[in-house]
Amino acid sequence: MLNNPVLVNSSRFILLVLAQVLVFNHLNFFGTINPMVYVLFFFWYPVKENNATLMLTAFALGLVIDIFSDTMALHTLAAITLAYFRPFMMRFCFGINFDFQNFSFKNATVVQRMTFLFLLIILQNMVFFFLEILSFSHITLILKQILFTTLATFLFCSLLIVLFSKNQE
Amino acid sequence: MQRIINFILDNRNTFLYVLLFVIGLVFTIQSHTYHHSKYFNSSKWLSGSLYDTKADITDYFSLKSENKKLIKENERLKFLLYNQQSDSNFTSPSNMEFEVQSAKVIKNSFALARNYLTINAGEKSGIKQDMGVITSQGILGVVENTSNNFATVQSILNTKSSINAKIKHTDYFGSLKWNARDYRVVQLIDIPRSVPVMIGDTIVTGGMSSIFPENIPIGTIKTYNLNQSQSSYDIEVDLINDMANIRAVYIIKNKNREEILELEKLTIDAQ
Repeated sequence: MLNNPVLVNSSRFILLVLAQVLVFNHLNFFGTINPMVYVLFFFWYPVKENNATLMLTAFALGLVIDIFSDTMALHTLAAITLAYFRPFMMRFCFGINFDFQNFSFKNATVVQRMTFLFLLIILQNMVFFFLEILSFSHITLILKQILFTTLATFLFCSLLIVLFSKNQE
Repeated sequence: MQRIINFILDNRNTFLYVLLFVIGLVFTIQSHTYHHSKYFNSSKWLSGSLYDTKADITDYFSLKSENKKLIKENERLKFLLYNQQSDSNFTSPSNMEFEVQSAKVIKNSFALARNYLTINAGEKSGIKQDMGVITSQGILGVVENTSNNFATVQSILNTKSSINAKIKHTDYFGSLKWNARDYRVVQLIDIPRSVPVMIGDTIVTGGMSSIFPENIPIGTIKTYNLNQSQSSYDIEVDLINDMANIRAVYIIKNKNREEILELEKLTIDAQ
């Protein structure tokens, strides 16, 4: 049962949504910082899967989180952007290996994986906060939010990855 | 033709991305200009019930402080009641302009640029769009969307929010806005230069809108400056409410609101 990718991804979808809307949306570090941990869905998603499926799933994921957090469609826009740029980022992070048939996450180095995670998070945060405020009089505010939220998200995602990693020897 | 089809097939992911992005943008921009999205908001059954369940559990942790707040409020109300002259003209309930209904906040947010709260009272309790929401201490926001059992409230910590406010004991009105920088501070603009302004003065709601009754506390003046055109003040207001910690709220129903709106509409149409 644990090997069925559809089941695994569906339960991941639901658990990440619940974690985001019930816990992480209400952390409010220093008043305004809420990590956006649903980015892990894109980190954990199977490498070889069809990108159109991922994009539609991302749309649903973002929309559900948006409905819960009353953020119009900001999470949706961030999520589909992540889904679209994910293959490019993987090629950038894992190099030429990515195109080989036998490529898998397990034979990538920790640094490569962390770079990939960081790129995902920074893109997600940029899309979210630029579209949220949409006014350049607030540019310093946007940059501050992106910086701190990216750091917090990165920290929490790394912890969650370590916590839920399967290949412990 | 073949080449066009091939081109589309080769770039189908890009087309899909652009399509989804445009849909997302439409949702977002629509709610920028007008009311918050009617279909995608947390007053809906599923999100409302989930938040309600969560609030039922987490409420226990704040029972003590919440109790203290309510006792303080009772104390103040009793004080007002007992010190009222006995011959004061208490009108019968049917003549009173405002009705008050209590509810509980089941989801709060103050970290975004457009913040909304969700409360556990909806159309079944007579909640409608554009009713005012206050706490025991001061103003909180305006009802935006409703479902059967829940409603979302546009917080004053929302860049779209604009509320009529004045300096206590004067009759100079301005509008209350928020610049998304600090959840403890809001801005009062359009107070004319001629008004004597003092740091520490209390800001209350004005009676110019049919949403809030007059003289509900908002906050105190923190700093003030003349605006760019030197004609009016930009005032920073320290909020009385701790926006990070809100449980019990009251919804204010103005019985005359429909009549007022109808009149205003007639006046505008006549022009």
